[in-house]
Amino acid sequence: MKTSFRMLTLALFAAPFASPALAADVSVAVAANFTAPMQKIAVEFEKDTGHRALLSFGSTGKFYAQIKNGAPFEVLLAADDETPAKLVKEGAAVSDSRFTYAIGQLALWSAKPGFVDDKGEVLKQGAFAHLAIANPKLAPYGAAAVESLTRLGLLGSIEPRFVQGENIAQTYQFVSTGNAELGFVALSQVYEDGKLKSGSAWMVPAGLHAPIRQDAVVLTKGKDNPAATELLKFLKTDKARAVIKSYGYAL
Amino acid sequence: MLSDADWGAIRLTLELASVTTALLLVIGTPIAWWLARTRSAWKGAVGALVALPIVLPPTVIGFYLLVAMGPEGPVGRLTQSMGLGVLPFTFSGLVVASVFYSLPFVVQPIQNAFEAIGERPLEAAATLRASPLDTFFSVVLPLARPGYLTATVLGFAHTVGEFGVVLMIGGNIPDKTRVVSVQIYDHVEAMEYAQAHWLAAGMVAFSFVVLLLLYTLNPTGQRR
Repeated sequence: MKTSFRMLTLALFAAPFASPALAADVSVAVAANFTAPMQKIAVEFEKDTGHRALLSFGSTGKFYAQIKNGAPFEVLLAADDETPAKLVKEGAAVSDSRFTYAIGQLALWSAKPGFVDDKGEVLKQGAFAHLAIANPKLAPYGAAAVESLTRLGLLGSIEPRFVQGENIAQTYQFVSTGNAELGFVALSQVYEDGKLKSGSAWMVPAGLHAPIRQDAVVLTKGKDNPAATELLKFLKTDKARAVIKSYGYAL
Repeated sequence: MLSDADWGAIRLTLELASVTTALLLVIGTPIAWWLARTRSAWKGAVGALVALPIVLPPTVIGFYLLVAMGPEGPVGRLTQSMGLGVLPFTFSGLVVASVFYSLPFVVQPIQNAFEAIGERPLEAAATLRASPLDTFFSVVLPLARPGYLTATVLGFAHTVGEFGVVLMIGGNIPDKTRVVSVQIYDHVEAMEYAQAHWLAAGMVAFSFVVLLLLYTLNPTGQRR
């Protein structure tokens, strides 16, 4: 009697949320550069599976500290491959769930049309006061930018004009407000449906820096949540990959 | 323990807080005087404007300063036409932002002190034929000393503790805009917890000592 009553209340409470069978929520920590595509993918994910992905955006380094200190995230979509590997090694993530969901494309971007040429010559001419990059100590896109400048032999002349964003989203903000004339951002931030949204950009050739492999992993907190596994499976579908590619990521 | 970069951040923070506090005492005094004495209908609006940074999230202040001081913003256009360039990513930019951000912490204690003086000492000075300026320096300022002490300490400490605004407009440039709070944040994000601890514990100790000094030197209710 008692159990059946409890079952009934449970059913009543669950009913409004349970459109398809056994829908669940999954909290996802998403690297800032993947914000726009992930918002689109989450909508599709809910449509197709009934599961809801609750997204938090930020820098991978901050997420690492939060996850290590008990943050309730169940999936991490990192901006690098080192952090997920490290979490697996430390027992905070499920090892066989890890895979590369996107390879980042670095772009030198200016909010001004025609400011950045398609060969990046603007870096050599140096007619700018500030160049924004993401903090290379913290952000993979920042590290890739420094590596590229080093490879081009321009680091020494440009470094004094660096302004650093705490993550790639803030770096974009410095450039989009015009406070920095140009900056190294993730192509996904300035690109949609296969073309540049505004301003001018140079796609930094992949050969200038180590590939920005962005790995996804199920965290220990999410290992018993079917929605977490489903989400990673969904990221591998053609539908999700099409969205990811439309923002300029390689796969 | 502390690296050169950490010491640079500490020096920069103290410089920023000193310049900001000095400027605030100069700018804050006339504002506080006006707010304490005026019967104008604008008193409420100006008081609210001064108090705004207390309630606004630093991200809001930082974002609007970034936009306003940027090359397309009204402040940015003005500074550019004056040949000063744009303010974000510069020490001067941080000073301007900090002045705005810490304004209420300086104006309000001084204003309270001015209000507590009341009419009578001023009238007494006037009957002794003291000029308004003389009255201000020989009567008002000495009487308002506790208010000035509070204002100085709070203005300084609040600027030292500033983070969100600096993060938004600073650009994290060593020795120019990388203050202690940003340096701590970087250490934490880079998982350099030991270094973060040294600086963070230093901040806790510093803030405690400053407030302790304030409350010891300036117990509330003391001679008004």
